[in-house]
Amino acid sequence: MNVTLIDYGACNVPSVERALRRIGAQVETTNLPEKIGAARCLVLPGVGHCAALIAALDAHSLRQPLIEAIGRGATFLGICLGLQALYESSDEAPNLAGLGLLPGRVTRLPENVKLPHMGWNTLKTVRATRLLESVPPDAYFYFAHSFAAPAAGEESAAVSEHGREFVAVLEKENICAVQFHPEKSGATGAQVLRNFLRAAA
Amino acid sequence: MSLARRIIPCLDTDGARVVKGVHFEGLRDAGDPVELAARYNAEGADEVVVLDIAAARDNRPTFLETIRRVAEQLAIPLTAGGGIRSLEAARAVVRAGADKITVNTAAVERPELLSELSAEFGAQAVVLAIDAKREAGGWQVRIRGGREATTLNAQGWAQRGVELGAGEILLTSVDRDGTQSGFDNELTAAISNTVSAPVIASGGAKVPAHFLEVFTCGAADAALAASIFHDQMQSIRALKEFLRGRGVEVRLPC
Repeated sequence: MNVTLIDYGACNVPSVERALRRIGAQVETTNLPEKIGAARCLVLPGVGHCAALIAALDAHSLRQPLIEAIGRGATFLGICLGLQALYESSDEAPNLAGLGLLPGRVTRLPENVKLPHMGWNTLKTVRATRLLESVPPDAYFYFAHSFAAPAAGEESAAVSEHGREFVAVLEKENICAVQFHPEKSGATGAQVLRNFLRAAA
Repeated sequence: MSLARRIIPCLDTDGARVVKGVHFEGLRDAGDPVELAARYNAEGADEVVVLDIAAARDNRPTFLETIRRVAEQLAIPLTAGGGIRSLEAARAVVRAGADKITVNTAAVERPELLSELSAEFGAQAVVLAIDAKREAGGWQVRIRGGREATTLNAQGWAQRGVELGAGEILLTSVDRDGTQSGFDNELTAAISNTVSAPVIASGGAKVPAHFLEVFTCGAADAALAASIFHDQMQSIRALKEFLRGRGVEVRLPC
């Protein structure tokens, strides 16, 4: 499986690349608009600040090719900020427009819990998703974020909870995304990546 | 659904080899960081921390090659630190494969470093390490591997650090470190109940009951230990089974 890994400078690009290679993917890491526009299987990693991701996508002129590739049917996986960027907007970057491929707004998790939401948490499956095939229902995944997308959208396939419920796994046609870091979630994370490659095949 | 308490083995290195000492002194060899990291990854560690404890002392450049080789082995998060004094040095550590950077002395000397790191990598990647020593009425922040006193109070510094951009506090009790007499639960609770970010307790662990105490009385979000894991005195899996049996939520890998 050939995977195009979007490298806009996020720190977790090498980890994601390593995790994909471990499960046998051929990974091309790129920030070239023409390569992203022509890709059939795309991964957008991300960690840190949402404004940095969106600004970097625009600085490299990647927004349009990415939206067009997904529109053409390229199978897409967003990781962490790569999930949050799919929505219309984020309170973390109020002056920037998200990719707008999903309706809704990303908001900060409540103040009555420790932030960032950092560490291993479990999921509650809302509906069947290819991403969680062969994953035990009580499996833990590694999260590291303070903002999150609403749990209630129709794209939501599994939620997790920290102060409130939020979307942890989403799948809508060819758009997949996870709020946790599959590249840092041990064997269960590797299973999610394998499931994504299978969905893209 | 709720967040599991984390167990974090720590590899204190002299750059290339894992070393151990008591009260930050009397170092001896404790193994190969790459072999140990691979073992902890397989045993169910929730993260791994790698520190270059010689770097802050004699200004040696951090051990990027060790970070690279350890990161190769891991499918769990890696925190690295020791002698990181600038954004440039932190970038090199992140590029080598660390998910989080830990800073200690350099942040005391120049607190804006925390804001710079947080702006570049996000708060979730910035760990403020605090070495705290008990004194009348509280805990004093120590720097340079615990050897040098400061005028900072640990609670105040932890709070300020989080305000400046740290996403986590790695809290070591200088009094307990290396003694295997248990974590300083009072210190850990004082900091954990003060700051809005997660707190990793460190220093003094020996038996599973010490971990249970620091997660309950100490309100720790995570607990870190070194030599008991390196020497195989304590398996991570058995420790987690003990904790789960006593009602502490932990992740037992499949």
